[in-house]
Amino acid sequence: MSNTTAAALERPTTGPGSGFGVYNMKLGMWVFLLSEVMFFTALIGAYIILRFTNPGHFAEPGVVLNVPLTAANTFILICSSVTMVKAFAEIEAGNQRGLRMYLAATALLGILFLGVQAYEYSKLVHEGFVPAAEFYAALGRDGAGAVEGGPLYGATFYTMTGFHGAHVTIGVLCLLFTTVMAFRGRYTAANHGGVEIMGLYWHFVDLVWIILFTIVYLI
Amino acid sequence: MESVNLTADAGHKGPSYFLVFIILGVLTLVEVAVAFIAALPDTLLILILLGLAVWKALLVALYYMHLRFEPAKLWWMVMAPLPLGLILVGIVLIEGW
Repeated sequence: MSNTTAAALERPTTGPGSGFGVYNMKLGMWVFLLSEVMFFTALIGAYIILRFTNPGHFAEPGVVLNVPLTAANTFILICSSVTMVKAFAEIEAGNQRGLRMYLAATALLGILFLGVQAYEYSKLVHEGFVPAAEFYAALGRDGAGAVEGGPLYGATFYTMTGFHGAHVTIGVLCLLFTTVMAFRGRYTAANHGGVEIMGLYWHFVDLVWIILFTIVYLI
Repeated sequence: MESVNLTADAGHKGPSYFLVFIILGVLTLVEVAVAFIAALPDTLLILILLGLAVWKALLVALYYMHLRFEPAKLWWMVMAPLPLGLILVGIVLIEGW
């Protein structure tokens, strides 16, 4: 493939008949994200019905799950969203240094989020809260003593947070790639579709976590 | 293929990214406080927590994903499937009860 052809394929375009006033790559990402909305809606819908029709399987909020730790992790993800959008703003202004700095910061915050989630999982498993078992017998927090329940709590918790964690992992890998491309000077003020597409995905992951945090940890 | 100048919509007006960040952080603190401090009836508590979560999600979508500044056609395309999500959850709830 010649350099000219490659550049033409990478260039953000509206394309003939895209009809939405945005370039095709961005439209494609939005369509993908809408399919993701349906995916997570199905997970959340299933969780809601299982939760409220089988209350004996689930513990009260904060008894088994470590809410302060996860609230801090939520804040980390929110921080990563602001660094991501700042990266986009920097390259819009043509600031390569700012783009690189904020992209790297976003990737690091994503890795930190995953690290905290891995720590949370290991603590929960160590305390007896496992994803697949006939019942769980976990240590309750704040003097709640031992807590017992059915298998649905662990199954739904690890399914929902696990799928989200997988999305964050994919996002971090893409962020690292985007960061490397940024250090190679791939993006400019006039051509930074890759950063915008990356940002859309990353903000969506943040948005989903905001909903999951409330439904899984606080309700 | 015709190239598009991505800086064309860069001049949009709205809250600064940092201000949105502050609001998101404060709303997260309020959520945790409401969930564990406020002595509220369960139904009211759930409605408040869901309302705060939707508020935060909207802030991310509108300002960080720039949905507020996108063309109307794209905005409608994004909004169109959301009722389907509500229908999906509604049917699951009806089936369960």
